[in-house]
Amino acid sequence: MAEAPTAGSDDGSVDAFLQGGTSLRHAPGPYFGSYGGRWMPESLIAALDELEDTFEKAKADPEFTAQIADLNKNYSGRPSLLTEAKRFAEYAGGVRVFLKREDLNHTGSHKINNVLGQALLAKRMGKTRVIAETGAGQHGVASATAAALLGLECVVYMGAEDCRRQALNVARMELLGATVIPVTNGSQTLKDAINEALRDWVANVGHTHYLLGTAAGAHPFPAMVRYFHEVIGEEAREQILEQTGRLPDAVCACIGGGSNAIGIFHGFLDDPSVRIYGFEAGGDGVDTGRHAATITLGKPGVLHGARSYLMQDDDGQTIESHSISAGLDYPGVGPEHSYLADIGRVTYEPITDSEAMDAFRLLCRTEGIIPAIESSHALAGAIKVGHRLAAEAGAEGKASDKIVIVNLSGRGDKDVATAAEWFDLLDKDSAEAAIGKEGEQL
Amino acid sequence: MTSKSAIAIDKARSEGRAALIGYLPAGYPSVEDTIAAGIALARNGADLIEVGIPYSDPVMDGPVIQAATTEALAKGFSVRQVFDVVAGITAETDAAVLVMTYWNPVLRMGVDEFSRRLAEAGGAGLITPDLIPDEAAEWMEASDKYGLDRVFLVAPSSSPERMRRTVEASRGFVYAVSIMGVTGARSSVSAAAKGVVAAAKEAGAERVCVGLGVSNADQVAEIAAYADGVIVGTALVSAIRDGGVDAVASLTKDLSAGLTRK
Repeated sequence: MAEAPTAGSDDGSVDAFLQGGTSLRHAPGPYFGSYGGRWMPESLIAALDELEDTFEKAKADPEFTAQIADLNKNYSGRPSLLTEAKRFAEYAGGVRVFLKREDLNHTGSHKINNVLGQALLAKRMGKTRVIAETGAGQHGVASATAAALLGLECVVYMGAEDCRRQALNVARMELLGATVIPVTNGSQTLKDAINEALRDWVANVGHTHYLLGTAAGAHPFPAMVRYFHEVIGEEAREQILEQTGRLPDAVCACIGGGSNAIGIFHGFLDDPSVRIYGFEAGGDGVDTGRHAATITLGKPGVLHGARSYLMQDDDGQTIESHSISAGLDYPGVGPEHSYLADIGRVTYEPITDSEAMDAFRLLCRTEGIIPAIESSHALAGAIKVGHRLAAEAGAEGKASDKIVIVNLSGRGDKDVATAAEWFDLLDKDSAEAAIGKEGEQL
Repeated sequence: MTSKSAIAIDKARSEGRAALIGYLPAGYPSVEDTIAAGIALARNGADLIEVGIPYSDPVMDGPVIQAATTEALAKGFSVRQVFDVVAGITAETDAAVLVMTYWNPVLRMGVDEFSRRLAEAGGAGLITPDLIPDEAAEWMEASDKYGLDRVFLVAPSSSPERMRRTVEASRGFVYAVSIMGVTGARSSVSAAAKGVVAAAKEAGAERVCVGLGVSNADQVAEIAAYADGVIVGTALVSAIRDGGVDAVASLTKDLSAGLTRK
């Protein structure tokens, strides 16, 4: 990978960048402006050092990069397609909309990019066991997949309530040979699953790698997880140039911890003409208190190893997040996003459950693609961005000259029961309705 | 700079024994109980008292302490009450009272503001399980300004270089983690503990206290043979849970019997 100046190593304002100053790509960490770092117990610092060292050496090792390229191509099915969504675009102000099809990857989302990379690093460190956290089960399934492929023992921590609601994803992980441990302490959610995974890691760090699922946590995780997802943005940039002959006007992605977003954003960070948008989970609405709009409404703090925006109360206690999308239901966010928000390079906005579900159904019916509810937040955001671009174009040209790329980070097969319940598609007495009420994702 | 923790440890040393450090989570089962239990600790042989701030995401704690702090939070514990606990104990005893806290509650209040209020309450300093010296610039400044001890942790996995930097950044004592793991009673003291203490001393530490997994007088005696202080947490939390302040007093008396170096 090319060496680039450190994002945030100086005052790093976006103005300086737009004037041809600092590159925002390949920011190495540990800090992104005042965010990131290592707010971690001393017991884990040696493991983080070992991981950082292994990762830096691997990046420079052609054998490693060739292994990644081979797995991406011949196992995950990369490059993922860039599909123009013409009928959907009619509802987005008539701009051109392109979908980056991470939903077509093996295991059904972008998550596979990161788990394969980290599992290979685990092998390089001589570790025989990986642990992971999961909310709905997507990262857990991806981790179990990578572990099965590479012959590693895999333990997945999952909130007890999530285990019950996602019984089929638990079964999936177990089919793949993983052990799923229900987490019954704290609020029994994703953040508590991360806490429990960290406790396991402290006790077993000698032979265990913590396969963190998002671009958050202590250094080197944010920069490393982004590295494994950069392929999304690189492909998308190349594909849009090939299909349209120019860069897009806007790139949209959903944000929980922010791994799919940072992956696609990375390809366009240094293109000043490209506006970049991250859409957070607005839940029931940002004025209801029931949401996961961390950047929109949170304040900087430290959780799970990094300084970043955080949903917290006046005492610094983490506030529970809420979203219809389990994958976005996290009260923190990756530190690089906090930095990109502060310098104004990326605009972060909330999308409510209801807006996301409308976009979910719209894509199903206009394009024949069932998106993940997570990705539906990006689709809903793209509709808003499309209308804004169309309004701007009104004065100077045609809306159809404007181009928006949406990262379709995952497929929605897992969300069918939730969606059927949301849209009241099920017979009230059916078994599926009972499951849907509990948030089961089939 | 004078250090309340160092004075307490040195006093024990002058009596030919290791210091006993007892942990209690603030607000469990109530703020008044924590103060009463802290006083009982001090009157029955504890030289230093570690008051924990209940936190929503305690990654270094095992099930017993998690259950206690979760209950305290559910009952509405608020961070500023920790200063009432510290003031309540220091008003009645000579023990050095430290606060053990994950870092975000301190950040939220403001490092300077938190430090000022802790010093005003008579607190000795902070034990910081998820703050390493690398990230502690603000805390280094505030602790100097208000004369507070900075107790950082060292672990069996700490490299000699990190050991040196952590010892250098610490004031009062260095907290040696006895085992790679989280808090909780264990049947035997990890063999690693002795090595961590030796490495910290090698790196220049004047006072090293050992914590994690220590629950009875025999374990205290084993550690007292090579460390300057012994830290007991989970066993005391179980005691207050099952038998209230009286049980804390009686366990403290038992534990302190192990302190004298044979």
